[in-house]
Amino acid sequence: MINTECPIGRRDSGVVTLAHGSGGRATNRLIKEMFAVAFPYLQPDTDGAVLVSPHLSVFTTDSFVVDPVFFPGGDIGKLAVYGTVNDLSMMLASPRYLSVAFILEEGFPLADLSRIVNSMANAANECRVAVVTGDTKVVERGRGHGIYINTTGLGCPLAESPGPSRVCVGDKIILSGDIGRHGMAIMSARNGIQTEVPILSDCANLSEMVEALAYRTKPHCLRDATRGGLAAALCEIAESSGLYFIVNEEAIPVCDEVRGLCEIMGMDPLHVANEGRFVFFVDPKDEQKALSVLHSFENGKDAVTIGEVKAKRASGLVTTHTLLGSEKIIQIPEGEILPRIC
Amino acid sequence: MKYVDEFRDKDVASDLVRKIGSVVDGMNVSSPVRIMEICGGQTHSILMYGIEAVLSSSIEFIHGPGCPVCVTPIEKIDLALELARRPGVILASFGDMLRVPGSDENMFEAKATGADIRWVYSPLEAVEIAKSDPQKEVVFFAIGFETTTAPLAAALHVAERDSVKNFSLLTAMVRVPPALELLLSDPDCVIDGILAAGHVCTVMGSDEYAPIAEKHRVPIAVTGFQPVEILMGVLEVVEQISRGEATVRNTYAWVAKQEGNSSAKALIEKYFCVIDRNWRGIGMIPQSGFGIRDEYSRFDAEKKFRAQVQEPRQTNKYCGLVLQGKCRPSDCPFFGKQCTQTHPVGAPMVSSEGACAAYFTYQGVRST
Repeated sequence: MINTECPIGRRDSGVVTLAHGSGGRATNRLIKEMFAVAFPYLQPDTDGAVLVSPHLSVFTTDSFVVDPVFFPGGDIGKLAVYGTVNDLSMMLASPRYLSVAFILEEGFPLADLSRIVNSMANAANECRVAVVTGDTKVVERGRGHGIYINTTGLGCPLAESPGPSRVCVGDKIILSGDIGRHGMAIMSARNGIQTEVPILSDCANLSEMVEALAYRTKPHCLRDATRGGLAAALCEIAESSGLYFIVNEEAIPVCDEVRGLCEIMGMDPLHVANEGRFVFFVDPKDEQKALSVLHSFENGKDAVTIGEVKAKRASGLVTTHTLLGSEKIIQIPEGEILPRIC
Repeated sequence: MKYVDEFRDKDVASDLVRKIGSVVDGMNVSSPVRIMEICGGQTHSILMYGIEAVLSSSIEFIHGPGCPVCVTPIEKIDLALELARRPGVILASFGDMLRVPGSDENMFEAKATGADIRWVYSPLEAVEIAKSDPQKEVVFFAIGFETTTAPLAAALHVAERDSVKNFSLLTAMVRVPPALELLLSDPDCVIDGILAAGHVCTVMGSDEYAPIAEKHRVPIAVTGFQPVEILMGVLEVVEQISRGEATVRNTYAWVAKQEGNSSAKALIEKYFCVIDRNWRGIGMIPQSGFGIRDEYSRFDAEKKFRAQVQEPRQTNKYCGLVLQGKCRPSDCPFFGKQCTQTHPVGAPMVSSEGACAAYFTYQGVRST
């Protein structure tokens, strides 16, 4: 583990100031004493990083604005590393390099920044990805929300690029575990609603599990069920592929705490964000192999087949069966998910 | 999950469906029995769990007006937006309300262009905002049925107890029984039975419904919101019809008591009085709302800010027909075309308790 004590807090005022983003000495000190310590592969003296690995053909970027920045089960830093690493994994690429750009608000405590940076360093170590370049900007107090982070990732392809166009009729749809924990952890932190057993975010590195999966099977398409939840992931792939999916809603694992809080807030767990769950499509002959690969990981022990790809009856449609057996559709959630009134 | 899974048990639900079918078969009627569920939460359950589809040959569900967001008049929303635009005012609202279109904009749009609008889960959070920002005036957009009126009264109790002077309510609270009375008095009314809303009765009890059942000869079952609870209510209603009875029965007795919640009722009584209220899509219904008592007018935003509602623009008449159970959402010419969840024309498409939202969410736009 990396030391989480802020290395520069003692000499500075203890908060981010506009000087930290000015490009002058304070910026340099922040980079050398905090960022370069946390990220040993950082090349801080040049305008860009020179990369040595060939075949870096998978490229992705993501920005992180989560509120609160520290939440049960994680923080914005960990999320910023896992989020981009997982996007590379969903492209069946092995993550290699990351860039990290911070937009900090004047007055943000340096101790919190240090905690976030160290959390990023631990996450990067775990994902075996090198943070090689970065940037810091500071905005005036009141013009930001403490901290925003952008990460960009480069990865090496492990197999033929997956995607919705490769999904086939008959493919099995597999989910890597229970859903809804990240979104409801944030919701309970924001609203001060406690459950008997606290809900922790599921935010996790998926790269190891996906590499093992790519080694043993040939997934046709993978998608992490982040914003918009599992419903959005399935509906988007159905729409892009022009195929029709039937999902068995009862098979989808949801823990009691998430179900309970969703009941109270009037939300559908299918619409709630995840940060460590993905859904993928495989040929039926790969189904059992894929499940056994996932079951060998702690984070994949609850992986389960949740549905199947059907012919083009109604392209772009995802349906499931109601309790009493009739058919209902699964929709992409509309806009911000809001709690109901009563 | 305890106390939920029991009420979503497939075998119990299927057994109730069979019983309902056999009671209706024994009635020898040519058309399905028409049952109105009052509350939008029940409408959503009926569609979400496939109750409507599985009972379609014996029961026709007529969706009632029990969606608090849907019945809030557009002029009240315009007034809320006008207050939100005033300097120094924070408008707090339930999240559901933010996407409902006013005459010119909705609250999300107003918020994006500078109005200080916050969504809260409970009215008590709005009191806390007022306490933490005493320089600002916090107005809570107080919509809802009796269920929500109780926590609104609790918010006034806290504001009074803690001498919070910068907190007020923009009231739009409504009562179920007068609306039900109005719908049943309509000569075109085709309702054979009623599922009363369990949450409303948890607060108010079920005594208010007895005279309505008797006067209109219509059986009323108080039900919860889980599929088994709704099916138990439906079974109670069809059994009463088959026996020629018309009484109020509580099939939600593990939650709602006949006398309701006496502490909640006392708080409501202390701060609010019954007034006439305008309903979106229905019009003025006598005695159908709650307003703030004169002695607490300092908490009444309309009086405090000398704000007055303006004439609303013409709204989609089909929303009103849907709210009165006279038109199914899918029969509205705008449904799924001009009116979608992305671009709602009417409130029933926006709210998580709106009938149009339930059809759109679970059935989509079916080509006919």
